[in-house]
Amino acid sequence: METNLDAAFTALADPTRRAILARLAKGEATVNQLAAPFDMTQPAISQHLKVLEDAGLIISRVDGTKRPRSLAKAGIEAMDQWLAILRKALETNYDRLDHVLATMERQEKGKTR
Amino acid sequence: MSKLTLKTEGDTHVVLTRRFAAPPEAVYRAHTDPKLIQKWLLGPDGWTMPVCIIEAKPGGKFRYEWVNAKGDGFYITGEFVELQPYSRIVHIERMHLPDPTPDNHVETRFDADGTGTLMTIRMTLPDAKTRATMLATGMERGMEASYVRLEGML
Repeated sequence: METNLDAAFTALADPTRRAILARLAKGEATVNQLAAPFDMTQPAISQHLKVLEDAGLIISRVDGTKRPRSLAKAGIEAMDQWLAILRKALETNYDRLDHVLATMERQEKGKTR
Repeated sequence: MSKLTLKTEGDTHVVLTRRFAAPPEAVYRAHTDPKLIQKWLLGPDGWTMPVCIIEAKPGGKFRYEWVNAKGDGFYITGEFVELQPYSRIVHIERMHLPDPTPDNHVETRFDADGTGTLMTIRMTLPDAKTRATMLATGMERGMEASYVRLEGML
């Protein structure tokens, strides 16, 4: 399945779909298992799964009457990027804190002299 | 080489580590003194923290308010559970956007690491969905920051 970037961004714009991806990051799950923590009906969850599948973020396989879903490679990469972007935002804060700490140290030294 | 690590743990945790050249006492102070916090806990470029109120004692409350030049803003409120100078802070916080997000239970440790400090922040969210939403909110703010920086370069 090809990844459509626009479809992937649209898919990731919804908090429930992001949560479904986070759940699938831990391993394969059925629609029932996915619906349980969300207080949503199965059709509603199935609709979200379709969006994720069309975006190439998840894949399904046939197991009797069930179709368990798992993360596609693009879904795994999306989760990684997600953390990488957040990491970068936090780094901005902590780089600033490095400067604050360096200033504090200079002021301490100034006092003792 | 990045000094920061960020990872999810289990269903509900987020663990962040960062090393600092300064000793634990200084890093602890930079996390509990409002005048110091206002200098660095700002997020993306263009945001300031005009309000920073901290009652640094067990049961004490805190409130951080951020605004940008466009007049957008949000705030965080929380309570301290435990404060062990200069090694450990336990607190509970929530973001107001303006509706409050579910409580985030946060333990921050400051461990001596050579002449510097290893800081470890362990967040516990009520469930996997809340955690995913929190990470995604942070992601959106981070992306916004990247776009602002990109605009500055063009």
